[in-house]
Amino acid sequence: MAKQLYNPPSPLETRVLSKRFGLEGSETLDVYLANDGFKAFLKAKEMTPEAIIEEVKTSALRGRGGAGFPTGLKWSFVPRTSPKPRVLVVNADESEPGCCKDRLLIEYDPHQLIEGILIASLAVDAHVGYVYVRGEYRYLVEKMDRAIEEAYARGYLGDNVAGTGWKFDLHTHSGAGAYECGEETALLDSLEGKRGVPRMKPPFPAVAGAWGMPTLLNNVETFSAIPPIIRDGGAAFAALGTPKNGGTRLMCLSGHVNKPGVYEIPLGFPMMKAINELGGGMRNGKKLKAVVPGGSSCPLLKADECDIPMDYDTLAKVGSMLGAGGMVVLDEDTDMVKFALRIMRFYQHESCGWCIPCREGTTWLRKILQRFSDGHGRREDISLIGELSKNMLGRTFCALGDAAAMPTISIVEKFTEDFEKYLVAKEAVAV
Amino acid sequence: MAELVKLNIDGRDIEAEKGALLIEVARQNGIEVPAFCYHEDYTLQAACRMCLVEIEKTPKLQVGCTTPVAEGMVVRTDSDIVKKARKGTLEFLLTNHPLDCPVCDKGGECELQDMVFRYGAGESRFVERKHHVDEKQWSPVVYFDAPRCILCYRCVRACNEGMGVGALGVGNRGAVSEIIPNHDDHLECDECGACIDICPVGALTSGSYRYQTRPWEMEHVGTICTHCADGCKTTLGVRNDEIMRGNNRDRSGINDEFLCIKGRYAFDFTKHPERLQSPMLRTANGHEAISWSKALDIIATKFSTVKLAGGKFGVIGSNHTTNEENFFLAKFARQALETKNVDHHRTGDLATLFDALSGKNNALATSADLYNAKAVLVIGADLSQQHPFLAFQARANVRHHNGHIYAVTTGEVREDQQAVASVRVQKGGELAGVESLREKLKAEGDLVVVFGDAVQGDALRKLVAFGDSLGIPVKYVCLVDYSNSRGAFDMGVTPKDGGLSREEMLAAADLDVLWVVGANPLKNTQLVSKKAFVVVQDLFMTETAKQADIVLPAASAYEKSGTVTNVCGEVQKLAQAIKVMGPKTDLEIMGLIAKEMGLNLGIWLPEKVFAEIRKAVHGYDVSPAQLAVGPAATMPLNGRVAALPGAIQSSGDTLFTSGSLTRYSEILNSVMEAPGQLYRGKGQ
Amino acid sequence: MTFSPQLEQRFAKLLTRYPEGRTRSAVIPMLIYAQDEVGAVTRELIDEVAKRCKVTPVQVDEVVGYYSMLHRKPQGKFHVQVCTNISCLLVGGEELYEHAKKKLGVGHKETTADGQFSLEEVECMGACSWAPAVEINYDFHHHVTPEKLDQLIDGLRKAQ
Repeated sequence: MAKQLYNPPSPLETRVLSKRFGLEGSETLDVYLANDGFKAFLKAKEMTPEAIIEEVKTSALRGRGGAGFPTGLKWSFVPRTSPKPRVLVVNADESEPGCCKDRLLIEYDPHQLIEGILIASLAVDAHVGYVYVRGEYRYLVEKMDRAIEEAYARGYLGDNVAGTGWKFDLHTHSGAGAYECGEETALLDSLEGKRGVPRMKPPFPAVAGAWGMPTLLNNVETFSAIPPIIRDGGAAFAALGTPKNGGTRLMCLSGHVNKPGVYEIPLGFPMMKAINELGGGMRNGKKLKAVVPGGSSCPLLKADECDIPMDYDTLAKVGSMLGAGGMVVLDEDTDMVKFALRIMRFYQHESCGWCIPCREGTTWLRKILQRFSDGHGRREDISLIGELSKNMLGRTFCALGDAAAMPTISIVEKFTEDFEKYLVAKEAVAV
Repeated sequence: MAELVKLNIDGRDIEAEKGALLIEVARQNGIEVPAFCYHEDYTLQAACRMCLVEIEKTPKLQVGCTTPVAEGMVVRTDSDIVKKARKGTLEFLLTNHPLDCPVCDKGGECELQDMVFRYGAGESRFVERKHHVDEKQWSPVVYFDAPRCILCYRCVRACNEGMGVGALGVGNRGAVSEIIPNHDDHLECDECGACIDICPVGALTSGSYRYQTRPWEMEHVGTICTHCADGCKTTLGVRNDEIMRGNNRDRSGINDEFLCIKGRYAFDFTKHPERLQSPMLRTANGHEAISWSKALDIIATKFSTVKLAGGKFGVIGSNHTTNEENFFLAKFARQALETKNVDHHRTGDLATLFDALSGKNNALATSADLYNAKAVLVIGADLSQQHPFLAFQARANVRHHNGHIYAVTTGEVREDQQAVASVRVQKGGELAGVESLREKLKAEGDLVVVFGDAVQGDALRKLVAFGDSLGIPVKYVCLVDYSNSRGAFDMGVTPKDGGLSREEMLAAADLDVLWVVGANPLKNTQLVSKKAFVVVQDLFMTETAKQADIVLPAASAYEKSGTVTNVCGEVQKLAQAIKVMGPKTDLEIMGLIAKEMGLNLGIWLPEKVFAEIRKAVHGYDVSPAQLAVGPAATMPLNGRVAALPGAIQSSGDTLFTSGSLTRYSEILNSVMEAPGQLYRGKGQ
Repeated sequence: MTFSPQLEQRFAKLLTRYPEGRTRSAVIPMLIYAQDEVGAVTRELIDEVAKRCKVTPVQVDEVVGYYSMLHRKPQGKFHVQVCTNISCLLVGGEELYEHAKKKLGVGHKETTADGQFSLEEVECMGACSWAPAVEINYDFHHHVTPEKLDQLIDGLRKAQ
């Protein structure tokens, strides 16, 4: 546990959100205040809510939870003058396989997150917020609680935030093991003490979210990006990235690279550069086979598709997604049947069970892939896997069905030869 | 009038209310959009994904059950892509659904079976192992077979939203999600069986019906439940003159899908082994079976002799028998026996209510009014226990119309859950409780006041005066017990014009004849007159029958036709579900006695008697054609009604009791909630 | 049911966090904190949480069945959770899990006879860049090799 999780700064990185990582006591308010802390909040306090939202729009910040929705636009949907009180919710239910960035932002810079939340509270006129932390991150609940306590004790939360007269209360809320609760409406049900089953939209959370109140819900990284945006201006943040893909983001590099880790890079950073330079190249000198660009739900890219800049729009163009920043690198030895099975096992385990196509589809696919991987595959299974995935795609209640289907389709279509190998092996035995 | 929009479904131009759900609009226009989870009474789920449709300019298929229609929408429900999606969803569903249709109770009336037949694939591509879980018994009436369950959550919603019980939930997650009961391995609930009937597949089955028969082997007879006064329609499945089940799955009748344990299961008294099969004569050795002709002869002779001698008759009618029977009995007593001593067990103060409302039109609420009124005030009654359908209506009102419920009761009641205000009072303090709600009630658009026997006489007059003073339209429901209390009153089975009340008859030392048709007045009372000749018509050897000189076996409501009038004054037709060999209908018995006595009281066929009722009883001029299609609300005489002697008292039955019938229904006695264990001490 | 003063204090705080009348919101945190102390989500605990949060027991049951970290049966004093999801899979997560099974002599969601250790193959727990990862109770261990896992388990055993 003792080892720090962040990397030594690399010249290839652009550290904005993570700039305090590595400072002694970076999780304390004193260190935060000594390093630009709360400058942005005090600045925002002098701005109109419209101006704050405009600044966020200018920054071209897009939601870092996976969907990549423009943050400023999302904020503008919250009815600030509703007679119902507004609620802020921080999605710290980081559960997408491949992603482990929000951990660092809470562990090493919780006050940046708090400040981001406070600025959002000004923008939507909210006075209470909840940080929903996945149950497995218990130590982060405690770290967050300590940061919140410290902020209260020093007047950065409570009835008179930073002496401005602004009132805001912040609480943590622990989950208890459910990937689905990362889906924003399932998270709200979970926050209300229910099974984490997604809600029907509309109404969107911005209009009727937690306890029926207008709710602004963003990912940890999204909120953490707000202080630098307000402090240095949205334009400056936007300029770090590419058009419509503002700023930097934390990329979680894992898999068969020499230097896995969480790196902060600008949007539009070349994927191959991430693998070969940030990641120190392929492990054991192996060849690249595929990349999961943003977390397990993103369609895989074959090695020859990876020479691209990493931004939302480019990834969409090549039929995948930037997701929540979980980049998993696979080398030539990777067995794609086993990889597909592991992904499907995950989604089958995490399907909430609410709707038929996801509940039954993931279960069926898991069974087929398990059988295939056990050496009992049939030739027709290869097309069946694709067809069943497509029968889920776009037909489920929430995006989990798509998340299970998309990588599976990409694997079975792009790496058919891996499936064929199983059949050849089986046929060889049969002879 | 709501704003209309124009849209096009499957090439047809359609006009619909803006915001209406696409699935509803399609169905109203005869376009079938299949769905499992969608149910118009309950919250939307969008879980089954069967109702996916193609909407132009929308990239993905959309669920029809949550999509509001909009101007210019172009929808396809029959395109190849939609058909493929349905087929795919059904294929998914069948991966874990056991194909045990040949033994499943639901076979033949299963929605999944129907859908697979219409939209599914002929062959399965599924070759993996299915996930099996053993069937569980949750209560004497509810069994659950998890693998058959398709998780449409209808049962959960019916129990929670419809019944207000919330005994069902969803356990586990994902593929192993399953419906769970509220107590680990069993249910403690109303045992109403709503979950079973609303289940589209055979996951929830009925303890009394399971594995007994198949739907197509039965005749389905829609009639009116004989237990409480709410007048729910129950459709009895009958095979070989045996009732196999009761339900209201076709949602006909005033009660829509609602039925309680009594309507759904408590028909079993009809085949109880102690059911009387032949007339019985009391002898020194107890009761002995005699022939009908002998019994009729003895009765006719006795009645004629006493009448000739100017003796004293006491006639007690029933709140279970039909209007025709009660009408015929009252006529028999007044015209032939020349007595005014006619009464029945009165359980609500209808006389005072009608008198207090004299001169007012539209002051009596129908069961539909409880669903439509802006507000419902319940006084001195545990509505969910005693009048479960009326309570269901009020809950549905809150759910669908944001109606307001107010409760003024002596104890906690289920209505509190949804009430905007609940007032607890001591018995007798009901009016003061009502008074405390004055300002709130004044602000309502209109009001239905539902009151129990706690409000009678002067208190009832004061309640009506209170209603008048609110300045809003107010309608009333006087709660009465049993299936035809209201009819017995309307048919004149009352001691009006100076007759003896029921209590007075039983107490009269000089009573010569006591004739009891379908009642048990001696349950807790002794008959004072030692010389009285007692004739009892009943299904069972009740306490009263045991004291009778002659007991005549009577048919139950499920074994005859005729009409009954529910608590809200709605007249409905009974349909004979089964034929019985020994017993006769009370109408026939009375007719035969009249014939034996040489009287001419008219033909004793229910239709003929009803024709007489149409002419003689105010408000009952209802045509047979109208009765054939549904209930008809009656309006009693709009004029003064004289006060009646005698007591008015409800039996205070719960969901699990039904007066003297309770002990003859095994199902009512089998559930752990009986007799009122769960709710004892609660409520009114 | 009685809990430690610390837990009672935590519960008291929890119940004030949510808007008025929304005590149901405390159900999940309350269950998981109580499970840590009680050892399992027992029937008694479910009824107690239902009472405190003003919901019906079946509403709590629904939640208990849903969340994978809530357990109705007691786990080992040390609950060893090995991730085998994609990032861990690629760098030996499955081998690590197989090793853990042999080392502890138990399988998925099983507990050693002495009640000291239980094992669970878990889904991604957010340690992808430091894979393969193991979480023992609430403590993360990164870059875990079979040897390192042996040391960890032996160390915990010895500390007894």
